[in-house]
Amino acid sequence: MNLVVNGASRTVREGASVADLVAALGLSRSGSGIAVALNGEVVPRSEWSRALGELDRVEILTAVQGG
Amino acid sequence: MDDPFVIAGETLSSRLIMGTGGAPSLEVLEGALRASGADVATVALRRVDTAQRGSVLDVLERVGCRVLPNTAGCYTARDAVMTARLAREALATDWVKLEVIGDDRTLLPDPVELVDAAETLVDEGFVVLVYTNDDPILARHLDDLGCAAVMPLGSPIGSGMGINNPYNLRIIVEQTTAPVILDAGVGTASDAALAMELGCDAVLVASAVTRAEKPEAMAEAVRKAVEAGRLAFGAGRIPPRLYARASTSDEGVPDLPGEEG
Repeated sequence: MNLVVNGASRTVREGASVADLVAALGLSRSGSGIAVALNGEVVPRSEWSRALGELDRVEILTAVQGG
Repeated sequence: MDDPFVIAGETLSSRLIMGTGGAPSLEVLEGALRASGADVATVALRRVDTAQRGSVLDVLERVGCRVLPNTAGCYTARDAVMTARLAREALATDWVKLEVIGDDRTLLPDPVELVDAAETLVDEGFVVLVYTNDDPILARHLDDLGCAAVMPLGSPIGSGMGINNPYNLRIIVEQTTAPVILDAGVGTASDAALAMELGCDAVLVASAVTRAEKPEAMAEAVRKAVEAGRLAFGAGRIPPRLYARASTSDEGVPDLPGEEG
């Protein structure tokens, strides 16, 4: 299944969830310090079990130096 | 100390808030943050870089700074609201420094989008610290709609031009019920002192410290300037006057006749 993750295409297994994607990227499973938007909507951590779909656009954000 | 600085019911120990942008490394940032004495520091929200080692969040935790996410880089109310929601999710805080920028040349706030975003975020329960123009009427709208702090600029972000319109700033300070935090434009310590002398409740500084030749030294200078400016504000300065007024009394001046006398 193909996704667009932070602007780059990425393949994950069929039926993968938001949590699976976060783990595959080597990010903390607790999700501390990161937030996920799926097709322009925030996905709260409590809903990371949600399954991803073909060509979903996922943004995974964290805090950086700024302002 | 009986001069507490309170935002949304939280008492902060320092009237200097630090921006973390512009520091050449996390090590330099950490030194500057410690020297600043700030207990709140801003961060931005960007795509994760899985190759990145070390995080600004680790630095803030070590230093003991509260994290204040901003919406830097947002040009519309919609983007700013989305960024604030994502920041709340990522950082488990309701606090947000709201920025909605009009263009990338001036980085001046877009007042129309700003008011729209502020209204939405206040309604959603965010503690909104709002970066605004030094326009008293716009500042009043933002204060009236329930922002937790109003943050007028001194001059454009990163310009280091200091406070371009101290008269507008005085009006904003006089009329605003929320705390007023000077944000943007500080170039060196005296700019921060002036902001405090004009009655601002606090100052936010990023580039002036992080891009100084010696960030740690500048952080200490700005910290002391904020303290000095606050003291001076409370001390009741003398009114400026055009002509001199002797500080030494004329009473008892001796009569010293010259040779012709």
